[in-house]
Amino acid sequence: MIQPYFQAPEAEDAKQAPDPHAEPSVEIEAVLRESRVEEVLERLERELVGLRPVKTRIKEIAALLLVDKLRRQFGLNAGPPSLHMCFTGNPGTGKTTVALRMAEILHALGYSRKGHLVAVTRDDLVGQYIGHTAPKTREVLKRAMGGVLFIDEAYYLYKPENERDYGQEAIEILLQVMENQRDDLVVILAGYKDRMQRFFESNPGMSSRIAHHIDFPDYAEDELLAIAELMLTEMQYRLDEKAKRTLVEYIALRRQQPHFANARSIRNALDRARLRHANRLFASRKGALTREDLITIAAEDIRASRVFQNARGGKSHES
Amino acid sequence: MRLTQGTFSFLPDLSDEQIRAQIEYCLTNGWAVSLEHTDDPHPRNTYWEMYGNPMFDLKDAAGIMAELQACRKTFPRHYIKLNAFDSTRGVESLRLSFIAQRPAQEPGFMLLREESKGRTQRYTLRAYATDRPEGQRY
Repeated sequence: MIQPYFQAPEAEDAKQAPDPHAEPSVEIEAVLRESRVEEVLERLERELVGLRPVKTRIKEIAALLLVDKLRRQFGLNAGPPSLHMCFTGNPGTGKTTVALRMAEILHALGYSRKGHLVAVTRDDLVGQYIGHTAPKTREVLKRAMGGVLFIDEAYYLYKPENERDYGQEAIEILLQVMENQRDDLVVILAGYKDRMQRFFESNPGMSSRIAHHIDFPDYAEDELLAIAELMLTEMQYRLDEKAKRTLVEYIALRRQQPHFANARSIRNALDRARLRHANRLFASRKGALTREDLITIAAEDIRASRVFQNARGGKSHES
Repeated sequence: MRLTQGTFSFLPDLSDEQIRAQIEYCLTNGWAVSLEHTDDPHPRNTYWEMYGNPMFDLKDAAGIMAELQACRKTFPRHYIKLNAFDSTRGVESLRLSFIAQRPAQEPGFMLLREESKGRTQRYTLRAYATDRPEGQRY
């Protein structure tokens, strides 16, 4: 059972004492019901495994926006809060997925007007010759207005080794819009932690304009298993008992190998397991396949992975 | 003389709030909005100067409003019009076009008469403002 995210301790008192001289009050429940925020947060909780610090921060932001909404009803105005964010974390920790969800949450809370996400990388912002960058960046910014601009691998914008790189120009335009049109769009930067840190060191203006630096932790083994099961349910497959145990083993081995990309590696492993599953069914030439055959991934489908062979053959193999 | 070209031209000038609402309407219909400006508003001058590219794939009016403000700042005494282009196959033309800025003084047009063959009378229009060179009108 999912607990409500926002407790309203005053609500009970208000019900007990219908005092005509009482101060005008607003019902937090009513505002909650009106915005679909609880529904969105519940989905976040249900569909994203782990990511405790990320979820905590998102709830905090949601609470702030909601309270701001209530404050406005009393004529209290603190101006729109700055919601530019930076997501750091290893590959496959769910940065893009959360960014997409963020757009939805901000829309539900009435902070962003349209709630769409424009995902870009360096290529979409930086031009190839003099005078090409500014219009290109502006166009992207215009497209993102009313929603969220997600800049993946943002550190590529700044290339210190090339003095005449046009990335700096894009950064300056970005900063200007982030400052002046704060209520029109939310910028989310994402990338690996160490490289983002270096990026911010060389662009202190960018770092100070971002209010929320959120770090995405790596997944634990049981979380990866939960993710795998979630993915399989989405694809309408399931694991039998033995396959599940094999997958646990697989995850433990795969984590120790180089180029491990968290949830993305799991997705790839499942895609390959599906491939082998299909091939096994095809090769068996069994007359009538049941629904059960078609949805069940067996242990051997996972066991055939290169990860296990490498583990058996010692550590001489790479990848 | 007040220039009457495009939609809404017999109404009082639209406020920024109203312009924004019109842009929102265009965007919900999937039309691409573009800006044009000129200081030669002759009725036969159909193609004004483009200000930037037409803005495709926008979701919100904020971007276009910012562009409109920038255009007003660059050309404070020009006519500026806002066009909405419908790219649907088979339509592929403007759906809406209205003036979003006009100069404070609009001297209007002069009617020129010309005698031609066989005492035929020919008429033509000339804007008073075009006496001066481009950029110094209005």
